[in-house]
Amino acid sequence: MTISKLLAITNLCKTFRLHIQGGVEIAVFNGLELTLARGEVLAVTGPSGTGKSSLLKLIYGTYRAGAGRIEVVHRGSVIDIATATPRLIGDIRRHTIGSVTQFLRAIPGVPTLDIVAEPLLERGEDAAKAKARAGGLLERLAIPPRLWHLSPVTFSGGEQQRVNIARGFAARAPILLLDEPTASLDPANRERVLAMIAEASAAGTAIIGIFHDAAARNQVATRTLALTSPP
Amino acid sequence: MTLADDQPLLVAEGLGKLYGGRVGCLDVSFALWAGEVLAIVGESGSGKSTLLKCLSMQLAPSSGRVHYRLRDQRMVALDRLSEAERRFLMRTDWGFVHQDPREGLRMGVSAGANIGERLMAVGERHYGRIRGAALDWLDRVEIEADRIDDSPLAYSGGMRQRLQIARNLVTGPRLVFMDEPTGGLDVSVQARLLDLMRRLTHGSGLSAVVVTHDLAVARLLSSRMMVMQAGRVIESGLTDQVLEDPQEPYTQLLVSSVLQV
Repeated sequence: MTISKLLAITNLCKTFRLHIQGGVEIAVFNGLELTLARGEVLAVTGPSGTGKSSLLKLIYGTYRAGAGRIEVVHRGSVIDIATATPRLIGDIRRHTIGSVTQFLRAIPGVPTLDIVAEPLLERGEDAAKAKARAGGLLERLAIPPRLWHLSPVTFSGGEQQRVNIARGFAARAPILLLDEPTASLDPANRERVLAMIAEASAAGTAIIGIFHDAAARNQVATRTLALTSPP
Repeated sequence: MTLADDQPLLVAEGLGKLYGGRVGCLDVSFALWAGEVLAIVGESGSGKSTLLKCLSMQLAPSSGRVHYRLRDQRMVALDRLSEAERRFLMRTDWGFVHQDPREGLRMGVSAGANIGERLMAVGERHYGRIRGAALDWLDRVEIEADRIDDSPLAYSGGMRQRLQIARNLVTGPRLVFMDEPTGGLDVSVQARLLDLMRRLTHGSGLSAVVVTHDLAVARLLSSRMMVMQAGRVIESGLTDQVLEDPQEPYTQLLVSSVLQV
């Protein structure tokens, strides 16, 4: 892997084996190849079931690769996520790969500001600075300060998604995975999120995103990966 | 910190416990690092609690061994500790949170005394400092200061559980063992306790081994997970890996059996 790349995927294979449903096998990837450089925004496209979210989960280490390599530049070394220990993957998530999932997962009762600041605290940043950055992101995403000390569990879908986005952007990870970041947003908030993606990209962040909204995709993507069903 | 030069806090090697001919747990090996929260999940009778007791010297294993890194960085086998080292672990460096707070608290004395007792066991004699520490910990676990002289008998289940946590953490332990810490609590009380436990473990360097049959609790609290069945660890990994991409038939069954709300 050359130094300008932040991520290189080689011969990635993934098959799910559903033991409790008669051992059915679902093949998702068979030899996928992909590289990603600083500042690129790669849009993953394809019909439902072709593995768009699975690809993000394989890169994040949530799904285990069946074969192949998923190499990232982590703290100056090349690490293969497909064979990394859970502990090392934890470190990669703290420092190298950020993720915005479609749905917010939070302990009921934990304030919004704390949820957004958590990735910064986990990498050992000062609490006051972490909260200041979290507040800045929430403000930018039009979550008013009167909501910051409430749990987002009762927020609307669009508000929860913006909290999730703020959390994903908080740590300024060199690689960012976005699963439908604009799906339940109104036009004004959609524009805010797209502007944040463009800025992160300009600052060198490598981004892989799933955008069902073609206009949003065309606005921010520098490259596209079209997935098709495996034979 | 770099990962390579940092040693585990606790290492289990081939740990097993037989009750007569019956298997409690068998051939369990893993390493736990500072700051990690490890969940042990599985159904009743799978060996979770037996394993926790073997790890925490409450039961002598039939086979295998547990190594622990003391504060002076020496890695020692638990069965070779001196009596003084053993006492230090049990009273200071470790905590043990039981499912039933009555097992971990002294119900006959006040809340403040429950917290102060652990400090006195490690030599603290100054009344003002002991009371100050008790008040500080009551505050951290969200119990009103004016309840310090009440007996835990007058506390609700959720408050008792928080008091048990305060009693354990007052000595600044590096490792806490928890056996179904949220079991038997109402869901609203559970959420508050989970939030508290997460705040106390996150970023503090405190490690925890948490036994639970509740996958949602494990998901919110732990970074790593081991799944037990019939006394053996059948699958382990990052918590989200095990829950979202379970490999073993039993783990798939366990994950798919959780009710969605």
